[in-house]
This record gives sequence, C-alpha cells and structure tokens, in this order.
Amino acid sequence: MSLFYFVAFLSIIFALMTIFTKNPVHSVLYLVVTFFTFTIHYIMLNAQFLAIVNFIVYMGAIMVLFLFVLMLLNLNEDTEPMKSVLVKVMGVVAGMCLLVVLFGAFRVLDVSDALVGPQPDIGLVKNLGKVLFNEFLLPFEITSILLLTAMVGAVVLAKNDTKKA
Amino acid sequence: METVFIIEKLILVVIIFTITLVIAMYSTLAERKIAGFMQDRPGPNRAGPGGILQPLCDGGKFFFKEEIIPAGAHKGLFILGPTLTIITALIGSAVIPWGQTLSIGGNEVVLQVADINIGVLYVFGVVALSVYGVMIGGWASNNKYSLLGAIRAASQSISYELGMGLSLIALLMVTGTLSFSEIVAQQSGFVNWNVFVQPLGFLLFMICSFAECSRVPFDLPECETELVGGYHTEYSSMKLGLYMFSEYIHMFVASAVMSSLYFGGYNFPFMYDLGLSQNWITIIGVIVFFAKIFGFIFFFMWVRWTLPRFRFDQLMHLGWKVLIPLSILNIVLTAVFTLVKDYYF
Repeated sequence: MSLFYFVAFLSIIFALMTIFTKNPVHSVLYLVVTFFTFTIHYIMLNAQFLAIVNFIVYMGAIMVLFLFVLMLLNLNEDTEPMKSVLVKVMGVVAGMCLLVVLFGAFRVLDVSDALVGPQPDIGLVKNLGKVLFNEFLLPFEITSILLLTAMVGAVVLAKNDTKKA
Repeated sequence: METVFIIEKLILVVIIFTITLVIAMYSTLAERKIAGFMQDRPGPNRAGPGGILQPLCDGGKFFFKEEIIPAGAHKGLFILGPTLTIITALIGSAVIPWGQTLSIGGNEVVLQVADINIGVLYVFGVVALSVYGVMIGGWASNNKYSLLGAIRAASQSISYELGMGLSLIALLMVTGTLSFSEIVAQQSGFVNWNVFVQPLGFLLFMICSFAECSRVPFDLPECETELVGGYHTEYSSMKLGLYMFSEYIHMFVASAVMSSLYFGGYNFPFMYDLGLSQNWITIIGVIVFFAKIFGFIFFFMWVRWTLPRFRFDQLMHLGWKVLIPLSILNIVLTAVFTLVKDYYF
C-alpha cells in the first residue's frame, strides 16, 4: 500500500511538472515519465498486458511522435502568439466544470481495495483475450474498424496535400 | 527461501551484465578482425598477442579524451541521452532464458532472470524505448545536423518496429504463448525449431533486427561517410563511447532474441538421447546457445562488410511497402495453415 502511495505521488508530481514547465519538449518528456508511472500502477494491479501495451503504445509510439513534432517546431514564448484573456478564462471555467463532474462521479463510488480487484487474474493476456473475443467481440471489432477508418482518412489527407503542392 | 532467491537472481544479473559487456567489448575487436579478414589485411594486431588488448586501449582512449558539452546544449538532457541508450540496451536481456535449470547443492537454479509471461512484449517495449536516448541526445545537442540525424534515426526505428511486431505476431500464433521460457522449451531437439515453421517470419524479423540495431545496410542514423555523423555529432569522450557501445550490446541482445525465438535457444539435437545428467545438459545447452549467438553476431558483421548502404528513401520503401505487406501475408498464411491443420489433421 505504501508503494501505491509513493507511485501515485510520483504520477501527480510529474503530471504537474508537465503542465508547469515552460519548454514544450521538457513537458513531453515529463508526460512520458508520467505514463511510465501509470505502467507501474498497472503492474501493481496485476494487469500485465495493459501495462506493457501502455508502455509500447503510449510511451514508445505516441509520445515519440509528439516529441518529433515539437522538436521540429522549436516552439518558444517569443515567437508564439499568446492566447487572449477570454480564451484563458474559458479554459479555466471548462476545466473547473470537468473537475466538478469527476468529483461528483467519484463521490458516489464505493471504496474498493486498491490493490486487488474482484478478479485479480483478469489482466493476464490469456484471460483478457478470452473476455475480449467472447463477451466484447462486437465492440472490439467496431473499435478496430474505427481505427482503420482514421488511418485511411489520414492517408487520404496526406495524399491530397502533395497533389496540390 | 526469499533471501536465497534474491541472492541467486542478483548473482545471475551480475554474471549476465558482465558477460554482455565483455562480449560487446570484444565484438568491437571481432568486427575489425573480420573486416580485416574480408578485405585481406591483418586488422588490429599490435596491442597484446593478436590485438587482444585493443578494446581496453579503445576504452581507455575514450575515457581520457576531453569532454565537451556544447554551449547552447541542454546539459541535463545531453547527459541523459547516452545514459538512457545504454540502460535500454542492457535491460533487454532480462527475459532471455540462458539455459535450463542447474541443481547446486539441492537448489534448483533457473538460468533466466525474469520469467514473465509477457516476455516477448517486454523485449518489444524495450526496443520501443530505445528511440528516446537517440532523440533526446540529438535534440539536446542544439545542433540542426544532430536534430536531423536524430529524426532520421527515430523514423527508421519506428518504421521497422512495425514490421518486427507483425512478424512476431505470426510466431505467437504458432507458439500460443508470450513467455520466452515456454517458447524455447517448445523447440526441444532440432526439428521443432521455429525457423522451420516460420521461415518467412524469421527472415522479416532478422531484417527488422538489423534496422533496429542500425547495422549496415541500415546504418543511416550514423552514416559518417555521406551525411553528417547523425545524432551523436556533438558528442565526445565516453558519452560517444556509450552510444557506440550500445550498438554492440543491441547486436548481442538481438542475436540472443533471434536464437531463442527461432533457433531453439539452448536446445541442441539429441539432447535427451545421450544419457547425460540434467546439469550436463544445461551446461552444454548454455554453450550451444552462446555458439548460436556468436554465429548471429558473425552474420551481422559479415553483412556489414559485404553489402553497401541503402539510400534513405529506399530504406523507407523497403520498410513500409515490402516488409509490412509481407509480414501481413505471413500472418494470413500462418492463420490459414493453423486452421487447416486443426480441422483436417
């Protein structure tokens, strides 16, 4: 349990660092570390597959692409247009609304044992695969079609651009 | 029991760590010796008998070189880059089963550091993580050539990761498990080696491994002869040494992964027919496993001194338009064969 609190503390610290650092590349690197602490959380919950997929997909693929773009853009305070006060206020209001909704949702939940859920082995590859391909086959396939559509869309957009140029 | 277990694993970790470093160190000598052999010249032969002390001299030279951190560089990240690269290179070997069990004084010692049931995915994750060392190093140098080199290296690594993952999926459909120890145990003897079931998959996996280790013909991240060095242009002293060294560690780990996934790991022909005791089978198995690894390392070097380098567009073309369709074809073929086998035989 003390391990959980330590890792949770690290997650929150690095998440805050992501928001508060000025340099966007540092911000992405802190986000990578935050995702790494999430991986540790998943391992502590015995969800090995989710842990390693989080590791490969979020840390290994998505964040690398983020880093790619930010390194090439070379953003900094002097060259970037600052957002107007109205947008900032709207952002704060929207964020607070989200906080209220989350808080309300958590208030009605029962407190469960943080380390061991009702089925401790559900996160192992074998069990997860069986659940996904038996109980949740249709949503699973629809999700994959959604991803495929997004991929085809991205390719189409990229192609159009090269023709015009 | 608990303390014995921890001490046992610690000793194993230290041994594997030492072996990895020594093999990587002598790979540098072997590379130059093999280059010499292929180009009909002696290779390094002055330091010690037959050049045996050459790696020590190289290492010493790296340590005594002046260490320069460029003025505009981000110091913390500049140091983090090579550190991360060497760490990710070294942790990959944690899940590889080096042998069966040894019984020492009644204790059964498993020659594998971590037998996790997602071992294959773990290796894949470590490969994915190794991009960061290069990207951080290239960006922190505050040099546009380093940054371009880092992006070249990262895009190559990401492209070939996909082909590697897809060729692994076909293998996993055959083995039905993600655990390294189970995959190796399934290939006992000689005819059960996965390379006979998955020849196309092995070929694809090997090509992708070459690209992931950035070895010739895929060594564009550091092609010093035609483009500016690459992500490590601004590095000097042992930091450059760590980048170079991690390439050899990658090569060793990749060879170990290929031998255990496709070439039976510690299994050798007639291993249970010779009437040997378990300890002897294990010891011979470890030797056989290392022989396979050295074979692969030799192959890596052989290719390096035989083939020319790809152009970058050829590399991308090969990765996206040849390897990925072929590995998807391999997955479909494997699935069809598995179904036909299940229904009719």
